[in-house]
Amino acid sequence: MGEDQQPVADAAAPPETAANAVILSFRDAPAYEGPVVALADYAANSNTAAVRVEAGEDARSLIPHLARLRLIEVAFPKYRDGRGYSSAQILREAGFTGELRAAGDVLLDQMVFLRRAGFDSFAPARALNPAAVAAALERFPFVYQNAADGRQPVWVRRNG
Amino acid sequence: MYRYDEYDQAIVDARVAEFRDQVARRLANEITEDQFKPLRLMNGLYLQLHAYMLRVAVPYGTLSGTQMHALAHIARKYDRGYGHFTTRQNIQYNWIKLAEAPDLLAELAAVEMHAIQTSGNCIRNISSDQFAGAAADELADPRPYAELLRQWSSFHPEFSFLPRKFKIAVTASDTDRAAIQLHDIGLQLIDRDGVRGFKVWVGGGMGRTPMIGHVVREFIPASQYLSFCEAILRVYNRYGRRDNIYKARIKILVHELGAEEFTRQVEAEWALLEPLALDAPAAEYARIVAQFAEPAYDPAASDRLDLADPGFALWVKQNVHPHKRPGYAIATISLKPVGGIPGDASADQMDLIADLAARYAHDEIRVTHSQNLVLAHVRKADLHALWTALDAVGLATANLDLVTDIIACPGLDYCALANARSIPVAQQIAARFADLDRQHDIGELKIKISGCINACGHHHAGHIGILGVDKKGEEAYQLLLGGSGAEDTSLAKILGPGFTEAGIVDAVEKVIDRYRSVRTGPSERFLDTYRRVGADPFKEAVYG
Repeated sequence: MGEDQQPVADAAAPPETAANAVILSFRDAPAYEGPVVALADYAANSNTAAVRVEAGEDARSLIPHLARLRLIEVAFPKYRDGRGYSSAQILREAGFTGELRAAGDVLLDQMVFLRRAGFDSFAPARALNPAAVAAALERFPFVYQNAADGRQPVWVRRNG
Repeated sequence: MYRYDEYDQAIVDARVAEFRDQVARRLANEITEDQFKPLRLMNGLYLQLHAYMLRVAVPYGTLSGTQMHALAHIARKYDRGYGHFTTRQNIQYNWIKLAEAPDLLAELAAVEMHAIQTSGNCIRNISSDQFAGAAADELADPRPYAELLRQWSSFHPEFSFLPRKFKIAVTASDTDRAAIQLHDIGLQLIDRDGVRGFKVWVGGGMGRTPMIGHVVREFIPASQYLSFCEAILRVYNRYGRRDNIYKARIKILVHELGAEEFTRQVEAEWALLEPLALDAPAAEYARIVAQFAEPAYDPAASDRLDLADPGFALWVKQNVHPHKRPGYAIATISLKPVGGIPGDASADQMDLIADLAARYAHDEIRVTHSQNLVLAHVRKADLHALWTALDAVGLATANLDLVTDIIACPGLDYCALANARSIPVAQQIAARFADLDRQHDIGELKIKISGCINACGHHHAGHIGILGVDKKGEEAYQLLLGGSGAEDTSLAKILGPGFTEAGIVDAVEKVIDRYRSVRTGPSERFLDTYRRVGADPFKEAVYG
């Protein structure tokens, strides 16, 4: 019954990589600024500390190497492509505590979901207004489910 | 009925404020239509042929009288005095102005309602059995589980940008009134070895590639059904196709992997999720169950029913179902009067039904997936008064599950996707079979009409299905037979070449006449006759 069944014409494609993006970080430590290698080129025995995971790639393949990684960058080629949320959840569930960066088509209205899924750093292809981001992140006072951010679902608050 | 607490209310209020901000940014051109579209869609706002359409969630189809009054008020203030109940147990308004939509949502929030996730590629409104909590044949009320699913799925951070929309249905009876095998996830509440849990189907659906769901779990304890759904959704979110919108539903993933391999992947994912203890605590489930407490039944309610009035007797026979409680019954209000638009209700009708619910039915109303309304807890002693009041305003049509109780999508009259009109075809078939004696002689016969292959009118599940297509710029209709959305789920098959608008009505009549001549007797339903004799006698009747 709806237009969401129509193919959506792609808007002007945002850059796939965010080489010149301003990093928005929610971490205490400064954002990692060293070289980032593609997952396909990552060799476990290298001394690379940062890896980029494309939308279709298996973030789980990094689990044996998490301790030596400082940054994992997860690509969002289009904001509608939600695979990166699962990648983030999987990495946080596996215990990754380093910088987890969402890069690419990262929009204001996705920020709440991205933060909840475990991202703590952002390289948006189009700059975000920090004040608007802060307001968006404070808008929802409660959450309904467990996620990587560790916020208590209301079912915990309700039942003490 | 479930009532919001301070947390639910705060979340829904925040959503209204967020959408108000998004609409303001759109109206000020700070965001493009392309950027705004997914935001409004996640609030149920579609751009249709003539105006915006707003789809309001009716979780598991249950409404209070107060909520129904609010829907009537919204129909008057923001629409043209009516609303349209849908096959998702929701209500749609077809003439909404974008600038007014935030105020409308605020009025909904004031009566604990919303339009969250009624569209978009996310987990949609959870549907359920319209007789839940009242049916004589159910294990337990499935709605507390549906409510917990509603909360868990609302703003789920991992599953708000799925490959495609995702629909979950929950029932608790062997009689399937919610078409669970035609959902992305179908859950049936069952007991095994004294433990309550669910049988789980995945990968059913209609649309342009209809498929019946596969059982991926014979039993998952109810204490873990949320995390098991999480595992299913994660496999889908990671591996569901995103290259082709028409192949993006989970049914295609299940089909392409094979049910066995898909099940293996879900189990592997769940093995990782289970130790994380993601499920709600038992106390939360108990809290929700308490809110679905049984109404204060009249312990002296009598089973006696005076059927002297033939019109009333016919309505009782067709539109009234057994209740689990002695002295009570379940009454279905048909929104399929001959000549009407299937599922439409005027604001005045909504107000009247709300008043009748308050007076006779413990202030509770259900929306059915076949676009009718239900009063689930009516004393048998009150049925006649209820029927009299309904009859006075044309709401007592005794046609539930009969040939004129037609499901139809909005079709080309409203929808930007449609190839053909659905509503006029439904109206013409209803007019052709208007004679109630004839309808009752034909017996149970579910006709379902879609105006395009997206199948919003469920034509694949129709005993008789009708599909509108575009044939060289002309509206044309295909005829399908043998579908079912019940526990005996089957997909209807195309009978032969298509028809014009007039031709399809004639063809339906020929099919029904042939059924009457080949059935073993009045107790053999059309669907059973079709399954027994096959398509040939009907082909001959229509094309011979």
